Amino acid sequence: MKKAKSISRAKWGYIFILPFFVTYFIFSFIPLVDTIRYSFFEYYRSGLRVVGPNFVGFDNYISVMGKDFFDYLGNTFILWMLGFIPQIVIALLLASWFVDVRLKIHGEQFFKVVIYLPNLIMASAFAMLFFTMFSTSGPINNILISLGLSDSAIDFMGTPTGTRLLVALMNFLMWFGNTTIMLMAAIMGISPDIFEAASIDGTTPRQTFFHITLPLIRPILTYTLITSLIGGLQMFDVPQILTNGQGNPNRTSYTLIMWLNNLLRAPDYGRAGALSVYLFIVSGILCLVVYRMVNGNDDYSSKKSRKKKGKVK
Amino acid sequence: MLTVHGTTGEVVKIIVNVLLGGRVMKRKVVSLILACSMVAGLTACGKGATDNGGNAGAEATTEAAEETESSDATEAEETTESADTAEATELAPIESDYVESGEEGKVINIYCWNDEFRQRVEAVYDKVDHTSDDGTITYLTDGTEIHWTVNPNQDGVYQSKLDEALLNQATATGDDKIDMFLSETDYVVKYTDAEADVAIPLTELGIDPDTVLADQYSFTKTVASDANGVQRGSTWQACPVLFVYRRDIAQDVFGTDDPDEIHAKVADWDTMKASGEELKAKGYYTLSSYADTFRAYGNSIANPWVEQGSTEINVDPQIINWVNDSKEWLDAGLIDANIKGQWTDEWNKAMGSASNVFGFLLPAWGIDFVLSPNWDGETGAWAVTDGPQAFNWGGSFVHGCAGTDDPEHVREIMLAVTADKDNLVQITRDYLDFTNTQTGMQEIAEDDSFSAEFLGGENPFKYFQPAASSIEMTTLSPYDQGCVELVQNAFSDYLQGQIDFETAKANFETAIKERYPEITAVNWPE
Repeated sequence: MKKAKSISRAKWGYIFILPFFVTYFIFSFIPLVDTIRYSFFEYYRSGLRVVGPNFVGFDNYISVMGKDFFDYLGNTFILWMLGFIPQIVIALLLASWFVDVRLKIHGEQFFKVVIYLPNLIMASAFAMLFFTMFSTSGPINNILISLGLSDSAIDFMGTPTGTRLLVALMNFLMWFGNTTIMLMAAIMGISPDIFEAASIDGTTPRQTFFHITLPLIRPILTYTLITSLIGGLQMFDVPQILTNGQGNPNRTSYTLIMWLNNLLRAPDYGRAGALSVYLFIVSGILCLVVYRMVNGNDDYSSKKSRKKKGKVK
Repeated sequence: MLTVHGTTGEVVKIIVNVLLGGRVMKRKVVSLILACSMVAGLTACGKGATDNGGNAGAEATTEAAEETESSDATEAEETTESADTAEATELAPIESDYVESGEEGKVINIYCWNDEFRQRVEAVYDKVDHTSDDGTITYLTDGTEIHWTVNPNQDGVYQSKLDEALLNQATATGDDKIDMFLSETDYVVKYTDAEADVAIPLTELGIDPDTVLADQYSFTKTVASDANGVQRGSTWQACPVLFVYRRDIAQDVFGTDDPDEIHAKVADWDTMKASGEELKAKGYYTLSSYADTFRAYGNSIANPWVEQGSTEINVDPQIINWVNDSKEWLDAGLIDANIKGQWTDEWNKAMGSASNVFGFLLPAWGIDFVLSPNWDGETGAWAVTDGPQAFNWGGSFVHGCAGTDDPEHVREIMLAVTADKDNLVQITRDYLDFTNTQTGMQEIAEDDSFSAEFLGGENPFKYFQPAASSIEMTTLSPYDQGCVELVQNAFSDYLQGQIDFETAKANFETAIKERYPEITAVNWPE
């Protein structure tokens, strides 16, 4: 009797998740370790001659960590912020409208599909499209001129602001649908009892949004922020295609991953490795900060409630 | 209760349930794990994403490039005269350390960056049967297949793909080995390098450059030779540049479209600038872009970008002259500031009938390959004359790749496309390409019956032929493509008024050191 009870089926769980860990180990973990290892080596190709790998200690880390690093980090951050702020605002707004029972929006499913559509296009194709549309001889300029809104062709991609705004616009268009759907799910996850109780107490929609919806979807907001932040740090394809890989003009739209790509093009495995490790650290720190920032209050309140409970006892 | 709409809703609900997990502790653990796993994945993912993006971009460019090319594939040339060379002269079997011994392979792998070479092979190689519709495989009558691997030239993509493949050449098996590859003048030195030893010396293929290739322009032979003078490649073309201009605009502004009279208007840069003012008064640009004149300056540098064995870049005073002159022309409104470079959509459109650009500095392949497909007006609207300066632009070299398992075919193709005078003359007649045969070009230049319809019945070789004879190219380095691309890119910002001169210099230094990690310094002229 006792023996029968101790039959464990846990091993099946392990067996079922094994494929993931095996593939992860082979295709992600080994390259990861390799990247870190090569970051300590001088290892590049000059023409057809392979140089290295020679162990050079932290030389790569020192050469990568210059003014350029912070410039490109700044560029990346600006490009991300420009896209993320409108994205989260619009997504919150749309999400709360779509799930609001009082608004009764028709064709919700249709709109959900439409706002999600830009995300299905490959980023590089999307960038190519924008590049053509906004070029000095492109359709946007033709329309502006024929409508009489502009006398001569506007060089959208000729100024840092123009290029950055275009990149931000593309990132916004590609991702706001995704975020909206995430946030909708989050809002729908809130018990309707709470909204009901609030409306009986006479809250305005604004109060409901700021005092009920927003605090309760915070975990999902955190998740969105973290994923977007990591995605933003890895921003590559859109500015790469739009600016021909050089972040024109004056390297103002040159992101960290574009740099990484150019280093790998050479290919300079050593410096690219060092840059990757830095990126790893930076994104780790950013995640921790964001996580603390958003969930900090939660810690506090849960501790407090535990204390209270203790007192009652 | 809350209603979830449709399947999307269900999926999302599940995600949310997992994430929220009911209890606070669990939720925190889950999101922490999520955060960590994402961070951990970053480095590896970054690499993957990079590759994908790069490829996607490359593919897009290839497509774009292919669109601009006149796809002459359909009119697969009926080749009658080409049969004689390869078979008439009995060639000795090839025995060399550079080639795989044993049976000739069944697949010939050729690396190139567009379909120009394929068109040439189809036109003159007598064994060509047909090419697949997508242009990736050409079938030969003896059952062998040519597999074309095409990567765009721009941004060094072609070179990095080729380099990768060359490094794997030793371990690749028979049909996967590269048999031939092409290189452009900008980086031919990199591949003919004796130390790299990837391009088979022609003598090892049983081709004696001194006799078989005696009719080629000597500068093309020098360029394809390594430092010891061993020729390791051959080309079917020479690329002297002429001034190609619109006849209607010439009539409108100068009252004549006669090539000799127009030449007087563009005889040197100062004269050209003065004529530019006349064109400007009527609302025309003299040239489309500052990039159009770059080669004229860039190919007349006194010393190579990088001296052999050095790791320092020397910027030639000519480059600075280009920047200053371009600024002057741009400020004077003689070139269109909206056209920021060659190979762009704007540049292509400037060759259309709606454009108000007077002319372009183009070699023969430029007329056939770039101008003609972009021109949408009446045939015969263009004419050529000597430009302000003779220089060479481009040139594709054909190399046999060390380790090939199809040496006989490699030799045949190389001889058919680059050494046979009849074939070359035929290419010239069919495609207006300036081919690498001195006597052949001389004959065509003197042939009054030869006329190009696209150029309004003019015989352009009357001008190309003398221009080719005056070309010298001694200042090549393996770093040319990167230098040429990046210096134009950096100074384009300056010319567009975005940054000052010093910043442009700094940007070039940053970019060039990224492209070539071994570069230690950039020296600017006084």
